[in-house]
Amino acid sequence: MEGTKSILKTIPLLKTKAGPRDVDLWPQRLKEEYQSLIQSVKNNKDNDNDWFRLESNKEGTKWFGKCWVFQNQLKYEFDIEFDIPVTYPTTAPEIVLPELDGKTAKMYRGGKICLSDHFKPLWARNVPKFGISHALALGLGPWLAVEIPELIVRGVVKYKEKDDDK
Amino acid sequence: MSLEDVENIKKHIEHFKKTLMELTETQSPKESVEHKIREMSAEVVDSNPYSRLMALQRMGIVKNYEDIRKFTVVIVGVGGVGSVTAEMLTRCGIGKLILFDYDKVELANMNRLFYQPAQAGLSKVTAASMTLTRINPDVKIETYNTNITLTTQFEEFLRVLQTGGISGNRVDLVLSCVDNYEARMTINTACNELALEWFESGVSENAVCGHIQYIVPGESACFACAPPLVVASEIDEKTLKKDGVCAASLPTTMGVVAGLLVQNTLKKLLHFGTISWYLGYNALADFFPSMMIKPNPNCTDSFCLKRQEEFKNRVIEEPVCKNEELPEDKVIHKDNEWGISLADDSIVVNQSIVTDKSTVADNSTAVLLDNSSELNNTIELVSTSITKNVSKNTSIKNEEEYLSLNDGLEFAYSSADKTATNEETLVKDTDLTVDDLRAQMALL
Repeated sequence: MEGTKSILKTIPLLKTKAGPRDVDLWPQRLKEEYQSLIQSVKNNKDNDNDWFRLESNKEGTKWFGKCWVFQNQLKYEFDIEFDIPVTYPTTAPEIVLPELDGKTAKMYRGGKICLSDHFKPLWARNVPKFGISHALALGLGPWLAVEIPELIVRGVVKYKEKDDDK
Repeated sequence: MSLEDVENIKKHIEHFKKTLMELTETQSPKESVEHKIREMSAEVVDSNPYSRLMALQRMGIVKNYEDIRKFTVVIVGVGGVGSVTAEMLTRCGIGKLILFDYDKVELANMNRLFYQPAQAGLSKVTAASMTLTRINPDVKIETYNTNITLTTQFEEFLRVLQTGGISGNRVDLVLSCVDNYEARMTINTACNELALEWFESGVSENAVCGHIQYIVPGESACFACAPPLVVASEIDEKTLKKDGVCAASLPTTMGVVAGLLVQNTLKKLLHFGTISWYLGYNALADFFPSMMIKPNPNCTDSFCLKRQEEFKNRVIEEPVCKNEELPEDKVIHKDNEWGISLADDSIVVNQSIVTDKSTVADNSTAVLLDNSSELNNTIELVSTSITKNVSKNTSIKNEEEYLSLNDGLEFAYSSADKTATNEETLVKDTDLTVDDLRAQMALL
């Protein structure tokens, strides 16, 4: 958890409280989201801990990308997707890993990751300063670190060759 | 034939089964177009489905039971609590029910009430509508298999709330039977915008606590006014095993919560009894804490502030005392052969509450003390209700008093950190456009 704290310090916080329904302010919020995400990826690279890429649709309401975990020198990659909820940023986005749907109990229907009891209170205390980059660093990151090794051990997640042609 | 083939055939059969069920379901609404809504008769005969409900009127509990036909209730989430809620209202002969849920029935839901194993795979709203129509064809049922938290579907949700009523009017009440904070906050946003009254309901993830909360925008705290109020479960978080599971559930707790929810819905719609603002249920102690939370003048939802303003003006304009004591109907019996008289039981009630308090207090206080430093900004908005069994101060001015927040209740977490953020840690202003940034991100 100490690691998460130090990572968190380097991710820029956001300023604008606006969701996709705030037509005027949402573009500004979206800019801040991207700025924070870009810095976050740069930090990860600098720390030799590059672990996700993300992009959005034009409106910034749908996000998709990839995240990956290394285990025994093998790279396990997963698709990420999520929508920005109507009540964002009061409520955090619900991150979905579609490939893992139904493979672990630490997930809600549809492949939504089941976040720790600490995540939501932490998010709530930091509205509107936390953004997507924080949801990834504090939500998805720790989830992957705990769940993926276990899923690999259980044989539920299998290593796939890089070029995924059958 | 390989094992794979067998699996495929099995899948096909499942698929056909579902299609067949959905087809049979879509036929019933067509029939119901021709179906005349039965008269709500008070006649006491075995063949009258409404006789026992209309008896409420004869007994003087409800003034005009038939009014229930005029009302439209929206149920968001037809899972463990929502489906039972829908069934109860259907059996009560509600005018119209509108159901929202994006989920499917799963075998893992079978520890709850209402759904049946054969319905697994159907959308919850479809399965619910099938069963409910069979139970009481007089009730109009409208379903939406959508997720209201998505921007695209939220607009539809707003439209339905405004025009979904029986005669194209706004709906009368919204019942939140969802299982997550995001959906609750979405309903809150919609109801604040439309000034619609709603009930929030919930069951804790450990399945042994539940609550209902009546929210009148502007008059009582909205869902964004304070962190969610929850029932203290007396379970130490540290000893709660969360390995490999997200949530537990019990049909009992869900049934109790659905019962409390519909009871208060009926009281609200048909104007009888007193509606609970917040009513908690602690299954381990059989304890029902209750209280009222006032709206937060610093609520982050701008529509909540607008409704608060409207409510203040309304109170000034029409200073009617809502809680006026109604003259009690004196029942005079012709004879009293056995000398039966009613005993005043108010003292007994108080005593039992005191005992309950002592068992619950320890734990809840400990939890609250933990967060006490961060609670300052919510103190002002909390006040206890003036109910018979809870006698607390109505204005809470300091932390100590705040800690005496009705026993057995606590906030799910401390509220937002309002301290100014160090400029250094914020994103810097930029002249780049969103597209520039998106391109930059793609190059990483």
